[in-house]
Amino acid sequence: MWATPSASDNRRKKNMSQNSSSTSKRISTYLMMIVLIVLALSIVSLLLSVNAFAAGNDMLAGFLLVIGFIAMALSVYVLLQSRKRAASMKIEAPKVMTTIECKKCNFKSIRQFQRGDFVFKDLDPCQKCNENMIITAIYKEVKEKEKTYNV
Amino acid sequence: MVFAAIEVLPSLFGGGGDSISSILSMLFYVVFIVFLFYGQRIQMYVMIREVEGSLYKLKYIKEEGRKITIETIKEIGKPKTDPSARVDRYLEYFTISPQSMDPAGIVYKLDHILDVRDTRLKDEVKLMAPESSEVQINNLENTLEAAMALNYIYKIVRHFYIQGKKTLSLYIIMQLQMILPLVMKEAEAYASALKAFADGQPIGDGVGPLVAAKLLHGYETAKVPKDCVVASVPIENRTALIIKAEGPGGNVGKPGEAVSAVIKEHKGKIDSVIMIDAGLKLEGEIVGEVVEGIGAAIGGPGVDQFKIEEAVVKHKIPLNAVVVKEDIGDAVSPMRKEIADSVDKVIERVKTVILERTKEGDKVIIVGVGNTIGIGQ
Repeated sequence: MWATPSASDNRRKKNMSQNSSSTSKRISTYLMMIVLIVLALSIVSLLLSVNAFAAGNDMLAGFLLVIGFIAMALSVYVLLQSRKRAASMKIEAPKVMTTIECKKCNFKSIRQFQRGDFVFKDLDPCQKCNENMIITAIYKEVKEKEKTYNV
Repeated sequence: MVFAAIEVLPSLFGGGGDSISSILSMLFYVVFIVFLFYGQRIQMYVMIREVEGSLYKLKYIKEEGRKITIETIKEIGKPKTDPSARVDRYLEYFTISPQSMDPAGIVYKLDHILDVRDTRLKDEVKLMAPESSEVQINNLENTLEAAMALNYIYKIVRHFYIQGKKTLSLYIIMQLQMILPLVMKEAEAYASALKAFADGQPIGDGVGPLVAAKLLHGYETAKVPKDCVVASVPIENRTALIIKAEGPGGNVGKPGEAVSAVIKEHKGKIDSVIMIDAGLKLEGEIVGEVVEGIGAAIGGPGVDQFKIEEAVVKHKIPLNAVVVKEDIGDAVSPMRKEIADSVDKVIERVKTVILERTKEGDKVIIVGVGNTIGIGQ
């Protein structure tokens, strides 16, 4: 029922991955082209602003300067964004707490979870009454409040 | 040369104004023409990039899950050889559901397949981690299942992503991009679950067993098939037969078989069955909210629900349910404080149901449904 992959299958898979990476390259080139055009236009704008400034047209010079800088900043931003990958990703481990209680004297303490803890596990005797303490709860506290939508 | 070109631009674009308005009008025309012909394609590339970003994240989560699993196995199970190859083989395991063209008897076929799967996976874990105890084996099995789920999600998203890129079909990419936030939420939940299973922490789904454990703690328990425990506890002058999966290892047991066995043992003389489980909340509902209803509150493939319904219908026993609201992320990640705090509210609600729906001296079955990881009895 489950055929083992033959040499031709492997070749096909290899081709598939090559096709896939070439498509990816095409997208990058496409994006790069747009960014480069915007970058070139921003440089033209900056040159024009210098020209306008020399001609004494301060208002036009300022206008072109702003446009040039905005376009340049945007293109650099897009370029950096496209290079940004999964580097900053990580799985955050939440802080889990264990509540320990003495059933006799109601002494309660909370500490960080340790491997081997479980709810209703008997622990060392209570510091106050010498009765065995037990774990009554293990939970994580979620700090951020959920957004409410008033509906 | 640039300035000379700009001088000519007004005549080309019909403008008689200065050079800046010529540049702007030229840009407008270029943008208009580009979007006219390539608008959909640009939109698709934007979507592809979005999916690609999520796919990288999924790959990272999957790899991280595999790493955590292997490290946990090495730490707990003390294997003599490197378990990586066996873990990779485990991650690719599949289960074929029974043929449903003739649905008669399909529940028992599915039950059998799930039993075989469970035994097979447990045996694999024992081989991977020979030094681990029964509780640790259950926790490791759950850890591996979470890693398996992450691997599966990654492969499915990658499949549609590559298919979309190969065919350059907007509709394949669009469908994937539309469901991606939900897929990512689920993947992040499984990543969180993986860590909880590896450490043996109670998860949100364990609220049912936690309520049952709180009710039966201090009373003598007996084992019932399969992987469950039962204890007889007096509540409000009634006899409550409390059932939960045997903890503290990661285990959901088979509440269907346990309820059937207890009803059979008492010759059908049970006056009510109350099931406690975690229920999926809708957006806008509060985590840890306790609600009440009718029917078998149990998820999974449906085998246990079928068996419970079959047993209660046979003896005409009323079936009540108390559910604690939480979302999928809360259900498989370490238990939130709001859910742990809801346990007392659930017990109050169960007592109210018992007082209102049964008489003194009656027998009631209370079932805490869910994964009992990190919860003893």
